[in-house]
Amino acid sequence: MRFKTLAVALAVTLVLGVSAQAKELRFAFQGDANSMDPYNLNETFTLGFLGNIYEALTRRTADLTIEPALATSWEVIEPTRWRFHLRRGVKFHDGRDFTADDVLFSFERVKSETSDLKTRVKTVKEVIKIDDYTVDFITTVPDPILIAEWDTWYIMSKGWAEENGAVTPQSATGDDENFATRNANGTGPFRLVSREADVRTVAEVNPDWWDNANKEHNLTKITFTPIGSDPTRVAALLSGQVDMAYPVPVQDMKRVDSNAETSVLVGPELRTIFIGMDQFRDELLYSDVKGKNPFKDVRVRKALYQAIDIEAIKEKVMRGLSTPSAMMIGAGVHGFDPAIERFPFDPEASKALLAEAGYPNGFRVGLDCPNDRYVNDEAICQAVVSMMAKVGVTLDLNAQTKGLFFGKVLRPSLDYSMYLLGWTPGSFDSHNVIYGLHGCPDDSGKGQFNLGGYCNVEVDALADKILSETDVKVRDGMITEAWAKTIAEVSYLPLHQQALAWGVRSNVSVKQRADNQFAWRHVVIQ
Amino acid sequence: MWSTRACESSAKSGRDSEMTPLERVRDSADRLLDSDVYYSFRSSRVTVVAAAITAVLFLAALFAPWITPQNPFDPGSLNLLDAFTPPVWADGGSWKFILGTDDQGRDLYSAILYGSRVSLFVGFASVTFAMILGVGLGLLAGYMGGAVDSIIMRVADVQISFPAILIALLINGVLRGILPREQFNDVAVFVLVLSIGLASWVQFARTVRGSTMVEKNKEYVQAARVIGRHPVSIMVRHVLPNVMGPVLVIGTIGLAVAILTEATLSFLGVGVPSTQPSLGTLINIGQNFLFSGEWWIVIFPGATLALLVLAVNLLGDWLRDALNPKLR
Repeated sequence: MRFKTLAVALAVTLVLGVSAQAKELRFAFQGDANSMDPYNLNETFTLGFLGNIYEALTRRTADLTIEPALATSWEVIEPTRWRFHLRRGVKFHDGRDFTADDVLFSFERVKSETSDLKTRVKTVKEVIKIDDYTVDFITTVPDPILIAEWDTWYIMSKGWAEENGAVTPQSATGDDENFATRNANGTGPFRLVSREADVRTVAEVNPDWWDNANKEHNLTKITFTPIGSDPTRVAALLSGQVDMAYPVPVQDMKRVDSNAETSVLVGPELRTIFIGMDQFRDELLYSDVKGKNPFKDVRVRKALYQAIDIEAIKEKVMRGLSTPSAMMIGAGVHGFDPAIERFPFDPEASKALLAEAGYPNGFRVGLDCPNDRYVNDEAICQAVVSMMAKVGVTLDLNAQTKGLFFGKVLRPSLDYSMYLLGWTPGSFDSHNVIYGLHGCPDDSGKGQFNLGGYCNVEVDALADKILSETDVKVRDGMITEAWAKTIAEVSYLPLHQQALAWGVRSNVSVKQRADNQFAWRHVVIQ
Repeated sequence: MWSTRACESSAKSGRDSEMTPLERVRDSADRLLDSDVYYSFRSSRVTVVAAAITAVLFLAALFAPWITPQNPFDPGSLNLLDAFTPPVWADGGSWKFILGTDDQGRDLYSAILYGSRVSLFVGFASVTFAMILGVGLGLLAGYMGGAVDSIIMRVADVQISFPAILIALLINGVLRGILPREQFNDVAVFVLVLSIGLASWVQFARTVRGSTMVEKNKEYVQAARVIGRHPVSIMVRHVLPNVMGPVLVIGTIGLAVAILTEATLSFLGVGVPSTQPSLGTLINIGQNFLFSGEWWIVIFPGATLALLVLAVNLLGDWLRDALNPKLR
C-alpha cells in the first residue's frame, strides 16, 4: 500500500516536473547590447539580441533566407512602389495591436537624425497607409534589394513610444537616453523582463506570440550575462554556469571541445575586420604631422597596408582561424572575387613608399581599437602597432570597451585618426559595403559608415547604378569595377574574416547563423 | 629614547664637521654595524633572505636595459612570429627566450624586468607621495589640534571607510576623464602614482598624529616653544625626527601594498597601457591563456610579483619588530 502511494507520488512528480519544468537559457557574450533602443546602433550583437524581442516586416531563417514576419506577403506593384500586407492579430508585449500606423511611425523614427539605421530606408521616399493592414513604400529609384536588410529594421509601437516619450531614437554616442533605452516593447517570441546594463538582461517567453503554433524552441526564460574576460567566459561555460557562450577565444577552442559536456560550433563568418584611416580632415586629430594629413596620400595608405604581416596575425593571434582578405567583403557576400590578392607584405616596399611620400622617418598617429567586440581585437591592434613600428610609423594604441569605442569613432563624433572595425553587410550584397563604407558621406545615409571619408565620385555613380540595375550580369560587372577602384586606391586596410566560435553545452542545441546573430527561437534544451 | 638620540647627534655635530667625508661614512657604518637594529637583522635568517631577494629584484629592475636581450616597450623590437614560445626547458623553447614569450612575441624575461621597473617606480613614488602628504597632515593635525585636527582627521576617517583600491579606481577614473586621451598614455604612470598615493596617505597621517600628540607635551617641545621657535620649525625639526620610526615601518609595508595596488589596477586594465606592460598588465595578458596551456605567460610574472611583495612585506615586518622596543 505504502509502496503504491509512493509510486503514484513519484509518477505525479515526474509528470508535473516534465510539463512545468522551466527551461532557462543562460548565455554569455563578450560585451553587452549597447541599448534596448533598436535604432541606437547598427551593430550585429545589439541588433541580433533585440531581434528576439522585436520583430521586423521580414525575418531570416537560420540559413539566412528571408521569410515573412510582420508582413505576410509583399509585391512590387510598380518598380518604385512596393506593397506590404501586414499580419493581422499581432499584439505588442504591452497588449497594443500591431497596425499600419506602427510601420509608418517606425519609418519616421528610423530615418530621424539620431538613428543609426538610416540606411535601412535610404531609398524610401514615403510610406503610404492604404488601410490598417496594407502599406505602400515609394522609393526614389527602383531598388531590387530594398528589403535585404529589413530583417533588422524592427517595428516599434507608435502608441507605446509616444506615451513614454521615446519618439526620437537614442543616438549612437549614447548621451541622450530615453524610455526605450532600458525598456522594450516588441512583438517577438520573447519579452524583456529586466535590464541592468553590463550586468544582466532577463527575458521570458511571450505566450501570445503569433507564431507560437510553429515554435521550435522550448524555452521559458533567457538570462544574458555579458562576460568581458575571455577566461572567465570559458570557465563559466565549462563549469555549467552558462549554457552557451560566445565567442570562444581561439586559444581555448581545444579545451572547450575536449570537455565531454561542451563543444565548439565553428563556422565562417561574413564579417570583415579592417583598419580605417581619416582621409577627410586636413590635419589629423592624433598625429605629430601638422598642417597636412598623410592619409590623403594613397602611397602612405599602401605603405601601411604592406607593413601588415597578415599571415603572422593569422598564425599567432588567430591560431589559423581567420581568412586573410584582400577585399572588404568575405566569401559568401555577393560580389566576392577569390582571384583578387592582397598587396604583398613587404616592409621594404612600405618604407620606400613612405620615403617617396615625404615621410622617410615615418610619423606618429593614434589607433583606436575595441577590446571586447571582435575575436582578439586588442591583440590584433597590438600586433599591428609592432608591425608598423618596424617601418617607422609609431601608433599610439587606445583600446577600450566597445561602448566607449563606438561612441568615439562612429558618426557624429569621428574622434579618431585610425580605427579597427568589423563589418558584415546585412544584405549579403556588395552594394551595402560600396554604398555604406565607400560612398562620399552625406546626410541621406550614404557613406554613413565611411568614417574615413574616402570619396570617389565614380564609385558613387557606380553605387547608384548597382542599386537600381536589374540585369545581374551588368550589375556584377559594375560591382567588379567598383571594387577594383577602391582596392587600387587603398580605401581601407582589410585584414581578415574571422571564424565564428560558439561554445555550447551538450544538452543545448542551437542554430549558428553565418552573420553571428543568435536567435533564441531555434534553441532547444534537453 | 628617540629624544635622547636626537640630543646625542646634535652634540656630536661639532665633531662631525672636523671629519673627512670618508671617515664620516666609516663612522656611521661602524655605528650601524654596532646597532641593535643590525643585530636583530643579522640574527633573523628570513629577513636576510628577504633583503637579498628584494635587492636582487631592485638591481635587476634598475639595470634592466643592460641585462635583457629585448626592450619590450619598443613595439618595433617585437616579432609576432616569436609569440607563444615556451620556456627554454620545454619542447620548442629556445635560449633566445629563457622564460618564453607572450602573445605578442615579447620576451618574458625582459618584460618581467621592465615590468618590475614600472611596478617599483609606481610603488616607491606613490609611497613617497603618500608619506609626504600623510606625515605633513598628521603633524599638522597632531600639533595644532582643535578645528584643524578635526577637519583633517574626519576627512581621513571618511576615506579610510572605503577600501583603498576603490579610492584609487575613483581617482584614476576621474583623471582619465579630465586628461585628454591622446596624452594619457604618456602620463598614465603618474596618474597611477597620484591615485595610489592619494588612496593611502591616511595610515601615515593617523600614525604621525598619534605620535605627535604624545611628543608635543614633552619637555623638549615645550622648551622649543618657550624660546620662541616658529611652530613649523618645531614640527619639522623637533617633532618629526621623533615620530619617523613607525612611519618607516608603514612606508615599507605600504610599498608592498602599493605594488599590489598598481598590479591590480593594471590587471583591471586601468593602469599602464598594454604596450608598456607592468607586472599586473603581464598577468592580465597571461590569464587569457590559462585554459590553453600557455601557462608561462601568467606564471612567471605572477611569481615575480608574489616574491617581490612577500620579500618587501617580510622586511616591513622585521623593521616593525626591530624598531619597537616593547617587542624586544
